Amino acid sequence: MDYPGLIKLLAPECVVVLTALAVLFADVKFWRGLPNGRRFGRGVTLSTVGLMAAALFAEFGENSADVLMGTLVLTPVSQFLKLVLLLLTLATVWLCGDTDFTDHVGEFLALLLLAATGMMLLISTENLLMIFVSLELVSLSLYVITAFNKRSSRSAEAALKYFLFGGMAAGFTLFGFSLLYGLCGSIHLPDIALALNTKGSDPLARAAVVMVLAGFGFKIAAVPFHFWAPDAYEGAPAPAAAFIASGSKVASFFILTTLLQSGMPGAAGSGAWKAFVPGWMPIVAILATASMVFGNLAALAQSGLRRLLACSAIAHAGYALLAVLADPPDAKPALLYYVTTYAMTLVGMFGLVSVVERGHGDDSIGRLAGLSQRSPLLAACLSVFSLSLAGVPPLSGFFGKFYVFVALVKSGPSYSSHFWLALVAIAMSCVSLYYYLQVLKQVWVGEPLGDTRPAKVSAALTFVVAGLALGVVLLGCAPELLLAHFR
Amino acid sequence: MLAWTLYLSFAGAVGMFLLPRENLRAPRVLALGMAVAGLLAAVGGALQHPIGGGIVVIAKQTWIPSLGADYFLAADGISLTLVLLTGVVATAGVLFSWNIELRPREFFAFYLVLIGGVYGVFLSFDLLLLLVFYEIAIVPKYFLIAIWGSTHREYAAMKLALYSFVGSALVIAGFVAAYVVSGAQTFNLLELAKFEYPREFQLWAFPVVFVGFGILAGLWPFHSWAPTGHVAAPTAASMLLAGVVMKLGAYGCLRVAMTLFPEGLAAWRGVIGILAVIGIVYGALVALVQRDFKFVVGFSSVSHMGFVLLGLATVTTIGLSGAVLQMFSHGILAGLLFGVVGRMIYDREHTRDLDQLEARHLGRALPFAAVTFVLAGLASMGLPGFSGFVAELSVLIGAWQRFPRLAVIAGAGIVVGVAYTLRAIQKAFFSGAEMPSPDPFQAGHGESAISVPEKVGAGLLIACTVVVGLYPRLLLDWIVPSFNSPLFDGLRRGAGL
Repeated sequence: MDYPGLIKLLAPECVVVLTALAVLFADVKFWRGLPNGRRFGRGVTLSTVGLMAAALFAEFGENSADVLMGTLVLTPVSQFLKLVLLLLTLATVWLCGDTDFTDHVGEFLALLLLAATGMMLLISTENLLMIFVSLELVSLSLYVITAFNKRSSRSAEAALKYFLFGGMAAGFTLFGFSLLYGLCGSIHLPDIALALNTKGSDPLARAAVVMVLAGFGFKIAAVPFHFWAPDAYEGAPAPAAAFIASGSKVASFFILTTLLQSGMPGAAGSGAWKAFVPGWMPIVAILATASMVFGNLAALAQSGLRRLLACSAIAHAGYALLAVLADPPDAKPALLYYVTTYAMTLVGMFGLVSVVERGHGDDSIGRLAGLSQRSPLLAACLSVFSLSLAGVPPLSGFFGKFYVFVALVKSGPSYSSHFWLALVAIAMSCVSLYYYLQVLKQVWVGEPLGDTRPAKVSAALTFVVAGLALGVVLLGCAPELLLAHFR
Repeated sequence: MLAWTLYLSFAGAVGMFLLPRENLRAPRVLALGMAVAGLLAAVGGALQHPIGGGIVVIAKQTWIPSLGADYFLAADGISLTLVLLTGVVATAGVLFSWNIELRPREFFAFYLVLIGGVYGVFLSFDLLLLLVFYEIAIVPKYFLIAIWGSTHREYAAMKLALYSFVGSALVIAGFVAAYVVSGAQTFNLLELAKFEYPREFQLWAFPVVFVGFGILAGLWPFHSWAPTGHVAAPTAASMLLAGVVMKLGAYGCLRVAMTLFPEGLAAWRGVIGILAVIGIVYGALVALVQRDFKFVVGFSSVSHMGFVLLGLATVTTIGLSGAVLQMFSHGILAGLLFGVVGRMIYDREHTRDLDQLEARHLGRALPFAAVTFVLAGLASMGLPGFSGFVAELSVLIGAWQRFPRLAVIAGAGIVVGVAYTLRAIQKAFFSGAEMPSPDPFQAGHGESAISVPEKVGAGLLIACTVVVGLYPRLLLDWIVPSFNSPLFDGLRRGAGL
């Protein structure tokens, strides 16, 4: 493989990296003297152009390749997912449009774009080393942007917690990978899969599975590796939190599924009711159950929107993990539909959180009181997002869950093998309706506190939030629009 | 034609937000327009429907090929009856909420979404689609009660939403299992009904799905959302809740749980019959001792829905037809009763306490309300000439064939029904206190006579119950042949229909 060919395959990533450098350079060189708002405005414009160009490359470029022992693997699904990630990044960048949490405009946008690059690389590889390197690119960028609000000690605390837990998790992942390499003699997933077919029940393989799952459990905020999530969601600047909750989740779930389903089918074991067989399946089943139960119950007690979203993110990680247990033909479509629509919802949610915070200085749920009378459009969007998270049709959150349940119950020797997990999930989504309705109660039933003027919102943010809400409704009514690309 | 019922409702809901915010009149006019248009579409669709029964496909399109779900709307006589009911109650509900001045656009938007969801359920022959419409109907109920309601509105709204959601969670669990076990890659009800599920599967799947739907039908002991919800809801929402939303549950039991799992039904039939009869007697007894006028009507709904469930449990053609007819009849009558209590009386007197109402001589102050309530009361007691008589009689005949003892107890429930209705009528309208009391609230009397929209709404509902009562074949000619369709083959095979 020569360099021009490689660059052609990596065109979207290259464009994003160049954009990041361009934003950084332009900000340092030309925009320093301008007020913050205009610097952000220009930075966002430039990033938008870059992301759009990358999206075009992802859409119309090569969509099938396997280079250097799986170092770079392009498939139609991965290319479409890149498009999704680019759009999520774009939405996140637009959320920055009217923020003023930092003077380091160029650095912030550049790091955001580098994280996006990491995510795009993460989903187009089947090579352990490449997985680890991209994962670190994503993580390091995200640690830094979490800390970007220097005026808030919460932001620093959040970043430190996120970093310490993350560093530990990365260590676990790497250790797990090294065990896998030692056992199988390869870092290429298909080769590992072959080797594990015979060595799947080797104690070393089991240790590797536990290590890898501990590392990824952190990335996706599954119980018991979730401790960083509420603090990070609470302290990070809204766009950073949105990106942690959206793009990072999508990419991590994708690679986790690839790793487990195509890399370690031999060490799967079984999570069937009363018939556990050691392997990754029972561990994933337990992580999922614990996340769903803990996330939903903890969310009941939250009074701040961000912490509520963090707890609900833990719960949703549990639901999404269920898809990992499904049989391969259904697992990826179900999972990707679920996490994509979930990511859209969360970016929109954090957009609304930033509106509330700018208006009132904090994010407590009571601040939403009377939003429906102040800004009906935002109230409608918030309702769409909340109800979608609760899993109410015809929103995409409902269909995502439903498809995951169907895929899950279909897998295994009989319908009853994984049915218990579906039951836990269904029961827990009833619990979740309670706290989402508490939020909506404030929005629709509460009377505005003091200020009854319409909330001040920039056009860009309104556009992003409304667009995402529309997407959530549309993809819920016509899921095939998205599913067709994930098969 | 019939599909327009739901399209118009949803279109009306969206249209609300295009209206100017200051105009209080436009939303109700639009809502009335859409409700009447829905009713006309329902009547038009009914007139096109062949009398002999059979399932008429309205729309069938691939929706989610990955799962094999279709956008499949169809109607048989049962759907048709309930769509007509929804049209009538929806129209009357708008007429009875003509005085809504708090955020009317949002009120009618939620109202129309609820109606649209209800129409959708009655017309869906695809399980996933049915589920979608079923849940669409939940959220608007919450807001209608929490924003525009009265007594303990936020508590009642949340209780109702959670009960409904738990019900649909059970339904989802059952559907997912049924879909996977059939292995047919389809949610088409007609296809799934052909599949014979293993007996041990039916034994647990049937009660799960039946109870899931039954919660919304007021199945004892899962009925407790109903009285609190009815009482807290604004008038139009009470009318819809008791009038059509409870029917969603019963309809789901009949349309899905019973047709998919006939052997499960055969095994659990006795239990359902007993729960239904407990509901009949318990609802009636509790209604007998209520002080809040709306609670009387609320618990009477539980009692009357017991007849529907008892009719379903009989699995005889006459019992099932009676159950469907009772759904229609109770829908009309509950709408009427809640309209009188919530709109005509409470909005004027600002109390529903029967002891206080006793002193206000409503029989003289609001004669129209008194006459309407007496008519509705007589009808719901099951007096011949009204729809309730035919319906409850059919159910009792069916029950007599299957469970003679339960039929006797249910008959006793009717007697208690007479008692609570007469007690409420007597206390509210015709109390013995002769002298006009010096109650300061007396001054409020006569300040607003019963308005024209109320009279039209009441007239519409009374006309329906009388017409069906005098000529029940109008509906039975559609309902009875429906049970001959292949959809109910399983019931004939597995539960001896």
